Amino acid sequence: MAESKVEGGKRRFLLAASSIGGGIAMVATAVPFFASMLPSARARAAGAPVDVDISKVEPGMMIRSEWRGQPIFVVHRTPEMLKDVKEMDSKVADPNSDASVQPEYAKNEYRSRKPEYLVLLGICTHLGCSPMGKLQAGADSGLGADWLGGFYCPCHGSKFDLAGRVFKDVPAPTNLRVPPYKFLSDTRLLIGDDKGA
Amino acid sequence: MSKAQALLHWIDERFPLTALWKSQVSEYYAPKNFNFWYYFGSLAMFVLVIQIVSGIFLTMNYKPDAHQAFQSVEYIMRDVEGGWLIRYIHSTGASMFFIVVYLHMLRGLLYGSYRKPRELLWLFGVFIYLCMMAEGFFGYLLPWGQMSYWGAQVIVNLFGAIPIIGDDLAVWIRGDYVISDATLNRFFAFHVIAIPLVLLGLVVVHLMALHEVGSNNPDGIEIKKRKDPATGHPLDGIPFHPYYTIKDMVGVVVFLAVFSFIVFFAPEMGGYFLEYNNFIPANPLQTPPHIAPVWYFTPYYAMLRAVPAFLHTQFWGVLVMGAAVLIFFFLPWLDRSPVKSIRYKGPYCKIALVLFVISFLVLGWLGTEPTDFLGSLGKTEMAVILARLFTLVYFAFFLLMPWYSRIDKTKPEPERVTG
Repeated sequence: MAESKVEGGKRRFLLAASSIGGGIAMVATAVPFFASMLPSARARAAGAPVDVDISKVEPGMMIRSEWRGQPIFVVHRTPEMLKDVKEMDSKVADPNSDASVQPEYAKNEYRSRKPEYLVLLGICTHLGCSPMGKLQAGADSGLGADWLGGFYCPCHGSKFDLAGRVFKDVPAPTNLRVPPYKFLSDTRLLIGDDKGA
Repeated sequence: MSKAQALLHWIDERFPLTALWKSQVSEYYAPKNFNFWYYFGSLAMFVLVIQIVSGIFLTMNYKPDAHQAFQSVEYIMRDVEGGWLIRYIHSTGASMFFIVVYLHMLRGLLYGSYRKPRELLWLFGVFIYLCMMAEGFFGYLLPWGQMSYWGAQVIVNLFGAIPIIGDDLAVWIRGDYVISDATLNRFFAFHVIAIPLVLLGLVVVHLMALHEVGSNNPDGIEIKKRKDPATGHPLDGIPFHPYYTIKDMVGVVVFLAVFSFIVFFAPEMGGYFLEYNNFIPANPLQTPPHIAPVWYFTPYYAMLRAVPAFLHTQFWGVLVMGAAVLIFFFLPWLDRSPVKSIRYKGPYCKIALVLFVISFLVLGWLGTEPTDFLGSLGKTEMAVILARLFTLVYFAFFLLMPWYSRIDKTKPEPERVTG
């Protein structure tokens, strides 16, 4: 029957058109719901820089601070520690930090603005645990007699040297990140802002 | 007609109550040779009910707020009448749910319950398993203890390891740059409403598929092939009710005895059901010296730790871990054996299954311990070497199955079910 063929064509067209139209409307409606799960304006605003007093950090010591809810490590390295960093060049996976994340001024031998002060984001680049400071060299660290000091992540066993550089053959892929920072004076650091430094 | 019959008649004219009861229960014919392994399906449904009921009562006192969550759980434990009991029922229920479901899945592996015509039944089951993992993960953040926090941090970062979109995806899941109040709030929403709704829907389709194709049995033969010509019922089938309703009730009684013992005498189960670090409030600046997920995730966690970073990305570990779960979906098409049940399979299949179960258990054990707990062999930790070895065994079970199941020597299947 010729008539019903025509009807069939119209029906298929209407079916396809209303399915596509309805589908587009559904996707469009889903967008605000997905967007509602993004960080809110308040969460985005909470990333203000923090001021850290480093006057009491003796050589060989480390302090923890907080920026954007994440731990920040500040280590005051001794000359021996800096010598050990050089020794580690052959044992770390990314000695020149080519594949790692840091500001341009921290992409150097000691990964810092001033060699004696190391500033790191204390978040393992593997899955986000916070590594422990194992700054002292030697067997007392529990990491073997040839340990030259660094950081150890308890979650999955990743190891980092005293410049936050990742060891070879551990789960973490890249060196610990260096946050943007600048020295406000010899004893004050600003974490989260490096403009004009 | 009595008044009760009249009422039933009145309902049946408006809703197929009697018809449903007959088709799904009293005239659903199940094989007569079910054994011990067939308790775990009905037990899984029973635990689901326990979890839903105890969960509803927990939400009456719990506060999904980063500043109040830990306190509100302590409040439930100390000040709410019977609150400790309801919480321990819920936390024990979570672990028991996984024990029951792992045994239910092993039953499927033993008797080939995933084989034609039960492929969809198996797929729905794997989806249920995925939902349970999501439910367990979301729920574990809610007490806002140290293990809650750092466990969530690690798992959300798994998504961050996906190339290109990873970082944005992790931020979207958290709703913040770190695990925070926003994360806790949405995990609560997922845990108490979104995932349970999906889970219930999946249970319904799992059962519908089961009742469409009929239950498998320890002999792995189809009872529908031989029917009584007079009645049309399978010769080796018996009505689910009363035979298996009564049998399953025995299972429930034994299960409740074990369950109650755990709830009253060992709710923490030596740190396996409730981890000790979770009695410390979440601290975003301090990772506990040893973190491990709850036991039911540890086989996959051990695999994750076993894979080293490669080409400056840790995505490979995540990939292996994901593949280990998703590979269950392919099982119906990997098994090429002419027989279904382990009873008639040959030595290759039997050895493969035993090795698989061993590797699952060893990986589970390795995942609960720090990586250095067995010392090192050369430069690599012993536990990591073992985890790599058993990860290979785990995958070999699946990937070599098309080969070893086909060349294996099988015994002939019987015509009728054996005892």
